[in-house]
Amino acid sequence: MSMRVSVEEDRCCGSGQCVLLAPDVFDQREDDGTVVLLDPAPPEGLHEEVRESAAVCPGAAIGVREDA
Amino acid sequence: MAAEQPSALPIARTCPYAPREEHVRLREEEPVSRVTLPTGTQAWAVTRHEDVRTLLADPRFSSDRSRPGFPMVEERSKQSASVLPRMLVSMDPPEHGPARRAVLGEFTVKRMNALRPRIQEIVDEHVDAMLAGPRPVDLVRALSLPVPSLVICELLGVPYDDHEFFQSRSASIVSHTASHEDQKTALVDLAVYLDGLLRAKEAEPGDDLLSRQIGRQREEKGSVDRHDLTGLAFLLLSAGHETTANMISLAVLQLARNPEAREALRRDPGGTPHAVEELLRYFTIAEQAVGRVAAEDVELGGQLIRAGEGVLVLSHAANRDPRAFPDPDAFDAGRGARNHLAFGYGAHQCLGQNLARMELQIVVDTLLRRLPGLEPAVPVDGLPFKDDAIVYGIHEFPVTW
Repeated sequence: MSMRVSVEEDRCCGSGQCVLLAPDVFDQREDDGTVVLLDPAPPEGLHEEVRESAAVCPGAAIGVREDA
Repeated sequence: MAAEQPSALPIARTCPYAPREEHVRLREEEPVSRVTLPTGTQAWAVTRHEDVRTLLADPRFSSDRSRPGFPMVEERSKQSASVLPRMLVSMDPPEHGPARRAVLGEFTVKRMNALRPRIQEIVDEHVDAMLAGPRPVDLVRALSLPVPSLVICELLGVPYDDHEFFQSRSASIVSHTASHEDQKTALVDLAVYLDGLLRAKEAEPGDDLLSRQIGRQREEKGSVDRHDLTGLAFLLLSAGHETTANMISLAVLQLARNPEAREALRRDPGGTPHAVEELLRYFTIAEQAVGRVAAEDVELGGQLIRAGEGVLVLSHAANRDPRAFPDPDAFDAGRGARNHLAFGYGAHQCLGQNLARMELQIVVDTLLRRLPGLEPAVPVDGLPFKDDAIVYGIHEFPVTW
């Protein structure tokens, strides 16, 4: 399974839950807390955390596409 | 014939450990329904987890507390809403986004991690004082209230010598025994102090939130709005003091009631973050903070909410929605559910949530390590809970060890 992650900065509320869940995939900009996508194609070991990040994101700013 | 008044919705909590029966019934039988609030006004009540998320993510619902129709659960909120400065919590797009982003940088995960050593110090100092002092002692006064207030001092950049003053005035403001006069005086004292502090930082900036906001305003507007920044300081204080204090008290209570969970955490502090999330979900203390008013007609949960109608979120009941949480009424420290609504959802989701998490995690770990025998000094059924308050908690909590 490959996974493609995208983020919509305009929707980001800066809650940082994605950073707490998957710090190798997401970071926050220092000046305004907006999400920074570190890895748009994370390895399978991180897929669970990325799915959870997308699910809890209060701005629904994380897009996850999974292909078999 | 006059239209039938929708049923009265009681708001005050009757049990510390579960939402009101009336709220649960609504969730199961009438998930989006008209109710009459204690103020006599009517509003919609939303109780299902999924509907709450839909509501709070929909920009057609306004957060503006001064809008007619905004649901107020008590008279006091109605009165103060009109005099409150325009605060983040009350803003809508397009104003809200930029105003929130202007302070978001102060609450990133990175910044919170940087505060960790100082928070640990503050907690340790207060545990030292408890250990050196008499028992029983009121946990609220000895730990729950001072810790978050001093953390806010750190955040804002209040000089160490002024911490005692800041802390005593903040305690007065949230005290349920202080007179209205004393509370008003405390508010004025703090406002005057903050104005002076801001002037000092304009002259000599430090490494703190207020100094950085001053710098930001100078850069973006060419001048500093001290009134605006005093308002920001008050917002952080009002949003981050009593809330966290209440959660500290409730965390100690719940761990005292659940010796198994407590033991598991003592053996493995790695479980603390999950335990803290479950405590947040289980108590959902800031339920009354969440309301909206429809800016246009919107369909939600099969109902048509008309423009101008208020919507109240019953988050405590929503956080026990079996559709979102298996065995929802069980306190399961290992549950690891991060999708709860204790911090709200959507663009206004609690700005300080990661600070709150950090403070709670540090307090829980430190107490388990340094005060392993900590226990209630009175039967917990008789504790004075804040049944009527905007934020749930415990007024006084005598503990011993």
